[in-house]
Amino acid sequence: MLNFTDSKGKGYKPDQGLGSSRRSFLQYSGAALATSAILLSGCEQFEEFIPPKNPNSPKKVNLGSGDIGILNYAYALEQLEAAFYTKVALLGFYIGASGEEIKVLEDVRQHEVAHREFYEAALGNNAIGKLEFDFSMVDFRDRNSVLQTAKTFEDLGVAAYNGAGPLLTNPDFLVVAGKIVSVEARHAEAIYDLIAPNDAFVDFISDGLDEALPPMQVLQMAAPFIVTEIDASNLPKA
Amino acid sequence: MDFIKLFDSFNTDNKSEEEVDIYMSRKEAFRKLGSLTKKVALASLPVAAFTMMPKMAFAQSSDVIGVLKFALTLERLEYQYYIEGVDSGIINSRHQNVFMAIREHERIHVELLEATIQALGGNLDGVPSMFDFTAGGVFPSPFSNYQLFLALSQALEDTGVRAYKGQAPNLIDNDELLKVALQIHAVEARHASQVRRIRGRKGWITEEDYDGIDGFGGTFMVASSAVYAGEKNTTHVGVEVTDVTTVPVMAVREAWDEPLSMQMVVDIVKPFIVS
Repeated sequence: MLNFTDSKGKGYKPDQGLGSSRRSFLQYSGAALATSAILLSGCEQFEEFIPPKNPNSPKKVNLGSGDIGILNYAYALEQLEAAFYTKVALLGFYIGASGEEIKVLEDVRQHEVAHREFYEAALGNNAIGKLEFDFSMVDFRDRNSVLQTAKTFEDLGVAAYNGAGPLLTNPDFLVVAGKIVSVEARHAEAIYDLIAPNDAFVDFISDGLDEALPPMQVLQMAAPFIVTEIDASNLPKA
Repeated sequence: MDFIKLFDSFNTDNKSEEEVDIYMSRKEAFRKLGSLTKKVALASLPVAAFTMMPKMAFAQSSDVIGVLKFALTLERLEYQYYIEGVDSGIINSRHQNVFMAIREHERIHVELLEATIQALGGNLDGVPSMFDFTAGGVFPSPFSNYQLFLALSQALEDTGVRAYKGQAPNLIDNDELLKVALQIHAVEARHASQVRRIRGRKGWITEEDYDGIDGFGGTFMVASSAVYAGEKNTTHVGVEVTDVTTVPVMAVREAWDEPLSMQMVVDIVKPFIVS
């Protein structure tokens, strides 16, 4: 039996501003975590709330150059993460999700949505459009599939910010990227802790340093999930 | 050298024009260093490799060295904390792997920073190496009370994350050093998240933290509240995030970690430093 209330009695609250139909769907799926058949049929009508289905999505975006290009790159990755966790939540989380797991995934979803909307506002007219995603390789009913995908995205996000930080020239942008990357690292660890409790960072023990990857490599790794073509050719190289 | 004077000497806002010129011309030299600071290689590189670097080239780069000495102070503090913690036997066996891993990471960070400072022509003078985690008897020993050990660990890790973040802009002209600092910064954040979760907290800084860590007396609570000063901020590069999202303000606060200035960090860790 699942519920969205944690041990301290703080109720699960979906975002304000979304339709009541979504809220009731979440409550429904949360109360019973219905059989997958009901889940799937119940979810189709909510697909419209998932950003990738936005009909205004451009076919191709150009991230731009300089610091703006790097911020658009971060915006693209935050869009990816936010869309993923939103889909996880809208599909009622995976079968057998514990209260703690739902709490973590819902917190992370809210953080990623806030990051996405921050970049959209900060970039203003320079912002790339809304990207379209393809999560067909994720089995959203399966705990392992969802958590491993989450871990992949969080680790990739950390590596992306670490690699992109030195490409920024404005110290204010560097600080805000730093403010976000450590939260992504906190996410990565929390997700990992759900997968393998108390078995943390064993894979970092050899060098004590997190990953740092250049944008091209990150985008290549994220490419299977991104339908919109991303032109990163004008990003700073070093 | 007196610890506080050491940090005063890091303040380079009043550099002469000549010093700034010298500093800027070092950028190329730093890039060469960068090729040495490759991730896997560096931790295992013998310190001797760094002596091949043209030391004179970095002689005037005291501001960057100051940042690295500041970071080294924190890493030595953390490393000593986990050495004593693991040795004390206080750690719950289920968490033994976590703290042994953290101890190993901090050891690597210490060696990395020491080697880098020396490679840049600096020395380790004045960087504290003896610590007292009771802060001179103000707190009970964290090595005889596991809950306190975890609480102080959380405070040290969250401080470390905020300290590195605060120094990132001072490394912006040294791409390779900045990258390594960011790589350490993220590992500190992973530590913080894990320790917080062991304590039954969220992995991210949240409303439970703003007033300090409770359960260990008023002095500890007040002292630890400094670790979380400013964490309620929701405005970033001029964007008030709560105006542009429907996400609850609590989550917006959680979603950004704030930097701490060098002075604020010094004030937090000073009570634990013997010499």
